[in-house]
Amino acid sequence: MFKGKGNLARILGIIIMVVALFSVLPGCTGEATPTASVSPTVSVSPSPTDVPPLTATPRFRIATTTSLYDTGLWGYLEPLFEEEYNVELDILYTGSGQALEYGRRGDVDAITVHDKPNELKFVSENYGVERVPFAYNYFLIVGPESDPAGIKGMTPEDALRTLYESATATFVSRGDLSGTHSMEKRLWASAGYDYATQIEGAGDWYVEAGSGMGPTLQMADQKAGYTLTDMGTFIAFQSDLALVPIVDEGDILLNVYSVIAINPAKVTTAKNLAMANNLIAFLTSAEIQELIGKYGVAEYGLQLFVPCAGNEPGT
Amino acid sequence: MTDIWNGLTRAFELIVTFDPEVMAIAWLSLRIAFSSVLIAAIISLPLGALIHFHSFPGKRLLISVIQTFYSVPTVTVGLFIFVMFSRSGPLGGFGLLFTPAVMVIGQVLLVMPILLGLTISALSGIDRSITDTARSLGASGWQNVLVVMKEARFAVMAAVILGFGRAISEVGLALMVGGNIKGFTRVITTAISLETGKGDIELSMALGIILIIIALIINLILNRVQQRR
Repeated sequence: MFKGKGNLARILGIIIMVVALFSVLPGCTGEATPTASVSPTVSVSPSPTDVPPLTATPRFRIATTTSLYDTGLWGYLEPLFEEEYNVELDILYTGSGQALEYGRRGDVDAITVHDKPNELKFVSENYGVERVPFAYNYFLIVGPESDPAGIKGMTPEDALRTLYESATATFVSRGDLSGTHSMEKRLWASAGYDYATQIEGAGDWYVEAGSGMGPTLQMADQKAGYTLTDMGTFIAFQSDLALVPIVDEGDILLNVYSVIAINPAKVTTAKNLAMANNLIAFLTSAEIQELIGKYGVAEYGLQLFVPCAGNEPGT
Repeated sequence: MTDIWNGLTRAFELIVTFDPEVMAIAWLSLRIAFSSVLIAAIISLPLGALIHFHSFPGKRLLISVIQTFYSVPTVTVGLFIFVMFSRSGPLGGFGLLFTPAVMVIGQVLLVMPILLGLTISALSGIDRSITDTARSLGASGWQNVLVVMKEARFAVMAAVILGFGRAISEVGLALMVGGNIKGFTRVITTAISLETGKGDIELSMALGIILIIIALIINLILNRVQQRR
């Protein structure tokens, strides 16, 4: 019984130690309220017992489509933005549909997405201030080299019609309301199908992955099927995949990335329009545009993104 | 097979070189799971005792409900926390969504039923003769409670270990309310989920191995504490 007491004291000791440890450490703090002007970090003169000021920089949160994240572009740009504006950039990667939803809820202050029709709707409903395109590339249909459905070189619409009619070759859809999924639906519509009634649940050949571009490419690879992908993610993942480009011609396959600041006038919970505008200025600046254009060229030998500084490509 | 072998060597490399990013991720995982279990224990252990030592109508039902929540899906708790803490949700004013703090809150909710339910069963498992003896020796009500709690401490400790296991291994909640933000809310499980999606199987394997090593160390420590009787 008395030994037990010592045991309890020991456990108590451990708990106290752990609590002490956690209280000293940074982290677990909420987001700092944004200051009106971004001022340099206040340096406190250190006294021997001082813990250095750790969370002096404010945090700024954005949501991005997975393709700008999985390709590593945001990972590359993040430190540059953080240094220029003295801010901790928190990046959520998700499908464009969910990124827009985070924006509507005010959980982020800016979004980088690629789903033009839904972006225009988002801005026309005043959730977003303005849609600012900053880069583009193309979508393409990729598949196994053997091309079991024989769709190589077709127009995107003809390719989809062939896939639908044969109903044997697997097609993996994102199925997650992402920008790529939105593009796929437009392609089906353009090919003359009603997506909700004819394509969804069309059969075993039509697989809805419900995940990001990377996992979807891997699933298509494992199933030796076709999928629609943005060029950037495909190039970045190509070395791990047995998939090759099958259909990559057609103006309809244009893939435009834009940045949108959330409008605090409509989304009252959005907090930091000033920093969102900084982000837009950053992404469309000559220096960053050049870096976006060069990004990945050395590693993959191909250009992943074409910069377009605030202009709609093709106009 | 090469994946597994490369994963093992990569894990070894990342651990012995103290790769700063991996260490930061592992450390955050540990901190979040520890804080969650600690807070959940502070609430659940006394509450469990309170439920055990009192009889009231609906007690059985309450215990059944608690036990049902052992298996609540992490994404369900995640969804609930997301809706509550989203800036446009009722608790949005705290600005906690997508921070480590909200991950702790979610994991507390996840772990509490386990600690609560298992504390109650631990206390129920104590032989009545012990309380009878204590009472016959003139123990008051409170002393009696202390005697039972002391006897049940090992079973309670097992519940804490289980709760820790649930907290450090879950991914659904961490992804939904933490957002897997690099350098801020990225924990081992969400990092594995991301890296596997990106096709970096080796790094995922390495992180998985690190997670298992952490779990092993924690269990060894807690077992040692338990065995010092």
